[in-house]
Amino acid sequence: MGNLRGKYAIVGVGETKVGKLPGIGTLTVHVEACKKAIDDAGLKVSEIDGLLTNQPLHDPFRTYSVVVAHSMGIKPDYSLDLGLGGATPVAMAQHAAMAIDAGLATAVVCVHARNQASLHLLPKQGMGVTRAYHGGVRDGCEDFEDPYGVMSGPGHHSFAAARHMHEFGTTSKQLGAVAVATRKHANMNPSATMYSKKLTLEDHQKSRMIIEPLRLPDCSLMSDGGAAFVVTSAERARNLKKKPVYIMGMGNHQPFASVMDAETLTTLGGAVSSKMAYKMAGLGPKDMDFAQIYDCFTITTLITLEDYGFCKKGEGGAFVEGGRIEIGGELPVNTHGGLLSHAHLEGMTHVTEAVKQLRGGDVEPERQVKDAEVGVVSGHGGYASTHASLVLSNRPS
Amino acid sequence: MSTQSQYKYTKPLPEMDPEDRPYWQSAKEHALKVQRCDDCGAWNFPPRPLCRKCQSAKLIWTKVSGRGHVYSSTTQHHPILPSYTKDDLPYNVSIVELEEGVRVISNVVGCPPDQVKIGMPVEIVYDDVTDQVTLPKYKPRAN
Repeated sequence: MGNLRGKYAIVGVGETKVGKLPGIGTLTVHVEACKKAIDDAGLKVSEIDGLLTNQPLHDPFRTYSVVVAHSMGIKPDYSLDLGLGGATPVAMAQHAAMAIDAGLATAVVCVHARNQASLHLLPKQGMGVTRAYHGGVRDGCEDFEDPYGVMSGPGHHSFAAARHMHEFGTTSKQLGAVAVATRKHANMNPSATMYSKKLTLEDHQKSRMIIEPLRLPDCSLMSDGGAAFVVTSAERARNLKKKPVYIMGMGNHQPFASVMDAETLTTLGGAVSSKMAYKMAGLGPKDMDFAQIYDCFTITTLITLEDYGFCKKGEGGAFVEGGRIEIGGELPVNTHGGLLSHAHLEGMTHVTEAVKQLRGGDVEPERQVKDAEVGVVSGHGGYASTHASLVLSNRPS
Repeated sequence: MSTQSQYKYTKPLPEMDPEDRPYWQSAKEHALKVQRCDDCGAWNFPPRPLCRKCQSAKLIWTKVSGRGHVYSSTTQHHPILPSYTKDDLPYNVSIVELEEGVRVISNVVGCPPDQVKIGMPVEIVYDDVTDQVTLPKYKPRAN
């Protein structure tokens, strides 16, 4: 490992409007995001020979990457639909780099889009939550969850939150600090779903429980929208329109398949995955100017910050307090507003936001992390079971 | 615990596939069984084709004690499906760790949801929700 360090770069990013986009088809949002990313890179569609998708689970297609590619006139030499849940966008950057390194493609678009907010499927009577909310797709454990009224993702993460509180004394207020910090960033980002909605810690504490211990603002949004990025070689990147953002380190780890066979719920795949990424990059948590941490729930951010070595295991609750993870703080986290307050596009915008921060000047001045040179992105998904990490930098060495 | 079968049970039921059918069959017989490896003795759950410890295919459905403790506990306040009404809320959803070491998701019943705590000793109770399906649930037990 280590030979891909700095050899590949993200050269284009594209984001559609997010929030509720009624009347716009899933495929249209995909194509719009791809086109924006390709234009941003200064490439022609004909120069794209690879495409990776992460099909929207509420509206699944067969051979989805091929469908998306041909919807915009790409005849790919390399295309795949990847399925690691919320870890997929980060994993896509890794797979794109690997495919280019293997000679299978030269420029790969990675995309995720969804119409989850408007195309919300009404569950059929008797159908379990897992299938109802995932377009009928099985997850392998639904027989042992759905009959007990488990709410899929929120249920799994509430188990993790309850354990974290039990083992380390973490409080609901500390989870609230994550929600508030993330919301402050969204309030600075006009494209965020929650741009004009403030959230205080008091609001968080008064909000209704969804699955105790998780309250409504501890849960991410349901969104329509799409985002995409383009990966190519570092060499080619230097001759393109935008400042390249180099892929310095990659990691990936899936420690279990179900919360029922997890050894622990308070250390997740990020502990291994981040170590792999740091090792490849030759960098560590102290070198990071920001972190874009997958935040399907506030507890995910808190656990991942520990797993990534920003604080010791069990100290995440204290770490996220006092503005430490806000822009201007010690470690700005989710500078776009995250899945909690920007939009839930499976973490695709965590990658695009990291790229924009590292280019400098691509975000509103008050959101720009000053002199950002290195950042880390986490992807997390499944049943808290999948994880991928990416260290990015605007310097190739 | 049994549910009268004159009304239609509308909440989700296990779909059952070849891998997990024996589990539900044993629940129906009120004698819950979990896969145990005949080679290394490891208990395996959720069900799988090979032992997760030693990859042996000799997994024998073996009766479990039905005793355990709460590993993690949550309270569901939000109606997740139309079949969950106000009368059902709030309800407990827990991960129960059985004495055999396997963890199962279930409901702790027989006490208000806010009284279910991590570490609490529990024992199995069979809820015959339909003529065909019995859901293993858990209730508090004296330590």
